[in-house]
Amino acid sequence: MSVFDRYEMVCGVETHVELATKTKIFCGCTTEFGGEQNTHVCPVCLGLPGVLPVLNREVVNLAIKAGLALNCEIAEFSKFDRKNYYYPDLPKNYQTSQYDLPICKNGWLMIETAEGQKKIGITRAHMEEDAGKLVHGGETITTSDESYVDYNRTGVPLLEIVSEPDMRSISEVLAYLEQLVQILEYTEVSDCRLEQGSVRFDINVSLRPRGSTELGIRTETKNLNSFSSVRRCMEYEIARQAEVLDAGEKVVQETRTWDEGRGITLSLRSKEEAHDYRYFPEPDLVPMVIDREWVEEIRKTLPELPAARRERLQILGLSAYDAEVITSSKGLADFFDKALRQCEDAKSLTNWVMGDFTRLLKANEVSVVDSPISPEQVAEMVNLIEKGTISGKIAKSVIEEMFATGKDASVIVKEKGLAQISDESALIKIIDEVIAANPASVEDYRAGKERAIGFLVGQVMKASKGQANPGLVNKLLKERLG
Amino acid sequence: MKISRKDVEHVALLARLELTEQEIEQYTEQLDSILEYAATLDRLDTENVEPTAHAVPLHNVLRADEVKSSIEREKALQNSPDAEEGFYRVPRIV
Repeated sequence: MSVFDRYEMVCGVETHVELATKTKIFCGCTTEFGGEQNTHVCPVCLGLPGVLPVLNREVVNLAIKAGLALNCEIAEFSKFDRKNYYYPDLPKNYQTSQYDLPICKNGWLMIETAEGQKKIGITRAHMEEDAGKLVHGGETITTSDESYVDYNRTGVPLLEIVSEPDMRSISEVLAYLEQLVQILEYTEVSDCRLEQGSVRFDINVSLRPRGSTELGIRTETKNLNSFSSVRRCMEYEIARQAEVLDAGEKVVQETRTWDEGRGITLSLRSKEEAHDYRYFPEPDLVPMVIDREWVEEIRKTLPELPAARRERLQILGLSAYDAEVITSSKGLADFFDKALRQCEDAKSLTNWVMGDFTRLLKANEVSVVDSPISPEQVAEMVNLIEKGTISGKIAKSVIEEMFATGKDASVIVKEKGLAQISDESALIKIIDEVIAANPASVEDYRAGKERAIGFLVGQVMKASKGQANPGLVNKLLKERLG
Repeated sequence: MKISRKDVEHVALLARLELTEQEIEQYTEQLDSILEYAATLDRLDTENVEPTAHAVPLHNVLRADEVKSSIEREKALQNSPDAEEGFYRVPRIV
């Protein structure tokens, strides 16, 4: 019997997203990733006495942009607050965050589920500063003896996006996260490099008996930075909580950490007492008044969002699945759109972009934005197939060559003499040779075996090294065989 | 009493302060009288007063997103009680 026969899972997610600014939220230090430890720091982000923070305008712009893309209300009046806690990743002993007047609230996004579309509520999204990075001596946070602190990341602007507890299965959670990351990537609010920790998830999970409407006691597992960790962590946490409840015990409301190596969550109970953040308004920063013109200016910069894009591609004749794959990353979707401008056959283009093009990107380990061939070049190649200049089979070797050399398809076709033979007199010569060499098949065809024609067409294609126009060969063969 | 001994112990723990018995009693008394004094404000009718978020009548003080140079690491680490290989070193956390 599955856990889900007895219990319903309820999940809400807090997502921390690094905003794509050049500088930190309150000082001019760079946000560049990968600098040597403690080289992107200054008196402001180190929290030295006597310094004053000044808010980065771009942080507010990006927060508004994300809020609009997530269907949020943008506050007319918003302010920062201090969230007080003692932990060495925060040199000031408080995190500058937003408490009761966040910049965005009451939004939603739509996910696809097996039962159709489902709306997931966004409670709020607020601006805050990131903390520093602790490097632990031991294997995990709970076994280290001492910690080393790098404050490069301290003060990097974050948007914390809090969902409603609207998700009821792991697949809904993953669909929500994928949608969210896609929207943030499309709007260029964040570069969304999960492997660099620029998006991190805190997963709140609780179970309740099926049919119950009251919420169960939840745990929060912090700082997951990949979809696969989220999935594994949830599988573990659901099984663990079910075991506790099955034994008639109570789940302890607590913060937990995910141990990737062991595939388990661990309690961080000792931090619990400190969960009294004593928020108060940040006296060093004045409030923000966001007039509607500002919001409308930013609304104008919103690109077409993934859902609208999928819809547009489906109207052009793509299947739901194809539209999903093409829009899965902004890079691929942009590539496709550019190619489409020069190409008449959307369906054929889709097949080539999703098929050989994507395969070659993977085989060469390059991302679509660094593709050695341009969208226009792919469009030209597809057009050559549609015009009958080359066959689909020849095109496969042409695109390989394009990838290797960066040359246009038409140039390769010309250089290598790959153009389809559509000249009837040239084809008839080959066809007559094939007819002479295969009397048995000719006999079969004449005796009414339609299938024999396929063999003969194949022989002609072979003799022409794949360059004969198959449609024309078929027609001419039938004529010759009378 | 506005504040209890338990409140003082809790706040001290949050602030990582170790207090003696005598200090706990002394601070409980002092903090209580401070809160008592601040409670004077409760007598005012604030029914139609907007909550104040900030004492200074300014808003939208913003800077452009332009990179300024950071300080040298040696300087950054100069005041730290303990450092190693360019990191601040702190005792085990959890």
